[in-house]
Amino acid sequence: MSGWGIADLVFGVIAAVTIVSAAGVAFSKNIVYSAFALMGTFMGVAALYVFLAADFVAVIQVLIYVGGILVLTLFAVMLTHRIADVRISNRSVGVLPGLVVVVAVGAVMAKAVLGANWLGRRPETPHPTTAGIGNAFLGDYLLPFELASVVLLAALVGAVVLSRKELK
Amino acid sequence: MAVGLTHYLLVSLALFLLGWFCVLTRRNAIGILMGVELILNSANINYLAFSRYGSGAYDGQLFAIFVIMLAAAEAAIGLAIILGIYQTFQTIDVEATDTLRG
Repeated sequence: MSGWGIADLVFGVIAAVTIVSAAGVAFSKNIVYSAFALMGTFMGVAALYVFLAADFVAVIQVLIYVGGILVLTLFAVMLTHRIADVRISNRSVGVLPGLVVVVAVGAVMAKAVLGANWLGRRPETPHPTTAGIGNAFLGDYLLPFELASVVLLAALVGAVVLSRKELK
Repeated sequence: MAVGLTHYLLVSLALFLLGWFCVLTRRNAIGILMGVELILNSANINYLAFSRYGSGAYDGQLFAIFVIMLAAAEAAIGLAIILGIYQTFQTIDVEATDTLRG
């Protein structure tokens, strides 16, 4: 009897919250409910990152996903949403074939995950990661880091060009 | 049995399948983008889990940060395109946008 500690219990609760709200995103009839369920998923995933001793990535997840992408998504939902046809706002087609394909592939992948002989190293105790990540970004990963800033600038300019009004 | 690598991989698998189902069946363009976000999150959980139970180096966390950065760029561009589609077609149902179909 190895027993489940308090940490395992908390992990189970967080995983359940994450998966249930992801199911809400996938199955909700209303796109607004989907958007708010997405927030539960992002927060749950951030909590999983904390469990994985990735404090910096967890904070980034909350800042960018919950504070940026989710707000942007809600804006887009509200701007393209007609209250009158809320019933058909989140149409799904081919649910049954989709479910069959997803479950079949999921079974294969679950078999692979459970069957593999993972070389699990005993994880060390969590320690602050921010300094190490900063050193890596300005050391070994300097070129990808700079490329990322160029990509972000291009995305920024592209989004502005796409969404502004045409001046005739 | 304590929580180990397999548990994280299974949570990530569930997230991936739900996101994939979302992408396959949704006909609302924003719904499809939400499915893509779920898939990216599941990939990130895998990166961090293998980083923690693997070498313990920072590489996995750095890749997760790059994925989050690209997801932000993708969301900004994708939602701008969706707003453009809405202004042209007055709907964001992806089956209505078939002007180029032969």
